[in-house]
Amino acid sequence: MGIVANPHKTTGFLGWIDDRFPLTKMWKDHVAEYYAPKNFNFWYYFGSLAMLVLVNQLVTGIFLAMHYKPDAAQAFASVEYIMRDVPFGDLLRYLHSTGASAFFIVVYLHMYRGLMYGSYRKPRELIWIFGCMIYLALMAEAFCGYVLPWGQMSYWGAQVIISLFGAIPVVGPDLVIWVQGDYVPSDATLNRLFSFHVIALPFVLVGLVVAHLMALHEVGSNNPDGIEIKENKDENGVPLDGIGFHPYYTVKDIFGVSVFLAVFLSIVFFLPEAGGYFLEKPNFTEANPAVTPTHIAPVWYFTPFYAMLRAVPDKLMGVIVMFSAVLILFVVPWLDRSKVKSIRYKGMLSRIALAVFAVNFIVLAWLGLEAPSEGKTLAARIGTVIYFLFFILMPVYSKMESTKPVPSRVTS
Amino acid sequence: MSTAGVDDSKRRFLTLTGVAVGGVGVVGAVRPFLASMAPSERAKALGAPVTMDISKLEDGQLLISTWRGSPVWVVRRTPEMLDNLAKVETHLRDPDSVEDQQPAYAKNESRALKPEVLVMVGRCTHLGCSPTFRPDHPASDLGADWLGGFFCPCHGSKFDLAGRVYKGVPAPLNMVIPPYRYLDDNTIVIGEDTEVA
Repeated sequence: MGIVANPHKTTGFLGWIDDRFPLTKMWKDHVAEYYAPKNFNFWYYFGSLAMLVLVNQLVTGIFLAMHYKPDAAQAFASVEYIMRDVPFGDLLRYLHSTGASAFFIVVYLHMYRGLMYGSYRKPRELIWIFGCMIYLALMAEAFCGYVLPWGQMSYWGAQVIISLFGAIPVVGPDLVIWVQGDYVPSDATLNRLFSFHVIALPFVLVGLVVAHLMALHEVGSNNPDGIEIKENKDENGVPLDGIGFHPYYTVKDIFGVSVFLAVFLSIVFFLPEAGGYFLEKPNFTEANPAVTPTHIAPVWYFTPFYAMLRAVPDKLMGVIVMFSAVLILFVVPWLDRSKVKSIRYKGMLSRIALAVFAVNFIVLAWLGLEAPSEGKTLAARIGTVIYFLFFILMPVYSKMESTKPVPSRVTS
Repeated sequence: MSTAGVDDSKRRFLTLTGVAVGGVGVVGAVRPFLASMAPSERAKALGAPVTMDISKLEDGQLLISTWRGSPVWVVRRTPEMLDNLAKVETHLRDPDSVEDQQPAYAKNESRALKPEVLVMVGRCTHLGCSPTFRPDHPASDLGADWLGGFFCPCHGSKFDLAGRVYKGVPAPLNMVIPPYRYLDDNTIVIGEDTEVA
C-alpha cells in the first residue's frame, strides 16, 4: 500500500538507487515534470534569487565563522583580522554583508510580486504564511548577525532592539535581563546571538524554505493572470499552459542569476559599504557602552518598521504597532475578498491601494533612516496609518470594486 | 493485525497518562535550557548592588562609586542648592521628570529619596560622557543664570543639581537616577529598589 519503489522503472545503476531512494521520482516531481505556468514574467526571478542568496549566506557564513571570535573582547578585532589578514577574508565578509542587503531586496520584491498577482489566495495560503515566517526568521537572523562585529552600531542597535522587550508590562525588565544574560548588553549577549545566528536560525530558515517549496509544489505556481493552469489539462494530465520547470525555467532563472550576479558583485567589489547603507559608518568603531552614537538608525531593511516604532509616542504601543505591521501580513489571504487574484483584473481601487502602499513603504524606509524632527515624525505617523489602512480596508475595497473578466487560459 | 479483544478504555487511559507524564517530563527538560540563558553567577557578581558609606560626605561635596560599569554620584546638597532647584525650572526641558529616567520614588522636585542626598548615574544622556560637577555660581563660562549643576565638557550639555537637563543643549533627557535604598541613615545600597510602602 502507498509508496511503490521506483515508479518510473529505471534500470541499471540508477535503477538500483531508485529501488532504494526516490531519486528519479524527486527529480521528475520537483524539476523536470513540475509544470509551471508558461507566462512567468520578470517578477518571477526573485524566488530563485532568494535561494541563491541564501546559499551565498550559508557558504560565506561557514567560512567567516572559521575566523570570527564571538567574544566581546575579541569580536571587533577578529572582524578586522578577517578584513586584513585572512586571504580573501574581505571578499568573504563583503559577500556576506552585501548578501544580507541583497536578501532583503529580493525578498521584498518577491513579496510585492505575491501581493500583485494574489499569490496568497486559496489554495496558496500556507505558501504565503510560510513565506511570512521566513521573513520573520530572516529579520531575526539579520539582527543577530548585525550585532556580531561588535561595532558601535552593533552594540547600540542591540541595546535598542532588546530594550523593546522591556516595554512589555510586568515581565518586561526581567525578560530583557534574561534575553541579554546580563544587566547590560555584554559578552553573554554577543555569544548567544552568535549561537542563534549560526545554528538556531539557519536551521529554522532552511526548514521553512523547504516547507514553502513543498507547499508550492503541492498546489502549483500562481502566475501573472492569477488563473489555475491545472483546470485545463491534456490527455496525459499535463496542464496545457504548463511547461516543465526544467529546462524552461532553469534556463530562465540562470539568465536572471547572471544579471543579478553582475549587479551584486559590482557592489561587493566596488561599493561594499553602499555609502553607509549596507555597512553603517559608526560600526567601524568598536562597541563602547559609555558612548552613545549621535544618531542610532537600523540598517535600511528594518527602517520602515523603525519609523513606525518611533511614530508612536508610547513605547509599549510603539512596539505593538511595529510587530503588528509584520504580523498583519499573515492574514492577507483572508483580507482580500476580490473575485479575481491578479492585479491585472482587479479594479482601480486595488491598483491605487497597492501603488500607494508601495510608495508609502519606501517613504517610511527613508524616514526610519533620518533623525527624527517634528515634520518627519508627523510624516511617519501618516505613513503608519496608510500602511495599516492598506490591510484593514482591503476586505472593503477588494470586494466593492468591479473587476475585469478573467481569461480561461493564460495570456502571453 | 487483529484488534479483537482490545480493551479500548484501558488503551485510552494508558495513552492519556503516558502523554501527561511525558508532558511533565518535557516541561522539566525545557527548564535547564531556559534557565541557562539567565545571568550567570559571574554576571550576577559583577552586576551586584554596591553599598556606599556617606557618613563622611560633607555638605556640597560629591562622592563617586561605580555600579555596573557606570559612575554613580552621591551629592549632599545644601539648603541653598535645594532652593535653587525651583529657581531654574523655567530653563529646564523636563522639570517635572515626566520622562522615565528615574524610579517612581525619585519622581519629585529633588529627584531623590531624601531631598538633601542626590544619587545619580554620572553619564550625560547625550553621548554618555561624564559631566563635570559645577556647584560654583555665578560662573562666567556657563551663562548669567547658572545656579550650580553639572556641565558636560564634550558637547556643552547642562544639568541642574537634580540632573535635570537644560533647554537648548544636545542632551535630550534628564540624567538617570539608579534604583537605590537606604540601609541606614549613612549607608546607601545602589542597585536595589526601595520598597514602596
